[in-house]
This record gives sequence, structure tokens and C-alpha cells, in this order.
Amino acid sequence: MHIIGGVDGVFKALADPHRRCLLDRLYKRNGQTLGDLCAGVDITRQAVTKHLKVLQDANLVVAIWRGREKLHYLNPVPIHQVYQRWIGKYESNRLAMLVQLKNTLEEKKK
Amino acid sequence: MNQLSFVYVIYIASTPEKVWEALTNENLTAEYWAHKNVSDWKTGSKWEHRRAKDFSKIDGAGEIIESVPPKKLVISWAEGGNVEKKSRVSFEIEPVFDTVRLTVTHEELDSATLRGITQGWPAVLSSLKTFLESGHGLDLIRRWTEER
Repeated sequence: MHIIGGVDGVFKALADPHRRCLLDRLYKRNGQTLGDLCAGVDITRQAVTKHLKVLQDANLVVAIWRGREKLHYLNPVPIHQVYQRWIGKYESNRLAMLVQLKNTLEEKKK
Repeated sequence: MNQLSFVYVIYIASTPEKVWEALTNENLTAEYWAHKNVSDWKTGSKWEHRRAKDFSKIDGAGEIIESVPPKKLVISWAEGGNVEKKSRVSFEIEPVFDTVRLTVTHEELDSATLRGITQGWPAVLSSLKTFLESGHGLDLIRRWTEER
């Protein structure tokens, strides 16, 4: 019974572009209903429900009832655990700098 | 729940009593959070988030809104003790088979506090999990606190 939050589940969940897109949308605006998440995507409501289930099983998305609304939240904790597993104690600042450099340069090209 | 809310869930191989103890015993929070969380944890009491290595520095403070050991703890959180910027943190502890599901909800945040918080909680919770499962917190929290 360590399926929930297991590293396999996290990678499986992240392997699909639709699921990454759902995470991106929750990252932009956290706490959305199923209806919010279905708006403006080219997949069916059923497909969104299925993807959300996979994300929830991986503990990447948490659903919380607020009154009559079920809101979905991005839970970054499993991604942090993956990060922590392979990023060394002293590398994080230098890596952050490289990502910043890449973003700055790519922003300029636009 | 307003829009500026965050929910974090982590599964820890432990018991609700141990998780509660780890959240409320200042000597234990010092081990994985680099801060002593000081209070008697009774509803209505004050609490303080003091640096373990420099006890005079208070990085956060607030009140205990609800305290139901070992299930639920709700506190107000004023960053740096600045009461103007008060937010609310809930810890919910539920047993799930042989593990514990810890849900941390941070609500009523202003956007300035938001950035620090969103970076902070996943690390603190990972450190808590590592501490309860292995007996050692993550070194990263200690280093972050010292570099602040």
C-alpha cells in the first residue's frame, strides 16, 4: 500500500500531454471545478475526468469539496520529492540560474 | 475558500499521534523545519515560529484557531509576526491503512506572501516526512533558514 504518491504513478501521470496541460492550468489558477477544467479543451468531459483520476492517484491533484463545489488543486509535493531525489544539495542555486538564463534569452528572441 | 489558496497533501509512513507530535513539539520542529514552533496549542492561544539557531528571531506568529489532537490543527499565520498580513493554515491528519495522509491548506494569502509560501511548503513537508520515516530532517531547510 504505497501506490499513492509512488514515483511510478508520478511519472505515468506526467507522461501524458493532456495531463500536463491540466497541471499547467491549475498552476495558473489553482482550485478549479471539473466544469472550469473542461472549458476550452478539445477533449470530452469523460476524458478530463479520467485524466484527473490518474493525477489524483499520483497525488499531483487534490480535490476538495467547498459547499457544493468540488475544487481541484495542484499538489506540488510529489514533484518536489522527485526533484529532491536527484538534485544534489548544492546544485539547486546553479540550476535555478541556468533556467533563469534560458528563460531570459528565449524571452528576448520573441 | 478564496482564489489565493494552496492545498498540499503528503503521505507519511507514521501514526497520527506521531505526526501531531512532530507538528507541535518545538524540539521536533527544530529538527526538520529549522524553527521552533512554540505554543501550548490550545484553541485561542498564541504561537510563534522562532529560529532554532537564533531563538530571538521570530519568522512567523499567530493564534490557534482550532485544536483537535491528533486530527486537526488550524492556526493563523502572520509572516514575520506582521499582523497585517495574516493568513490561515490548516493541518488535517487522517490515517490511511498503515500510513498517514497529511493535508495542509493555506488560505487567505496575499500575493506577496504567496511566492515564499509556494516554494516553502513542499520542502517543509518533504523534510517532515523524511524526519518521521528516517529520524533526520532535510539539510536544505536548515540551509535556507541560515541564508535568509
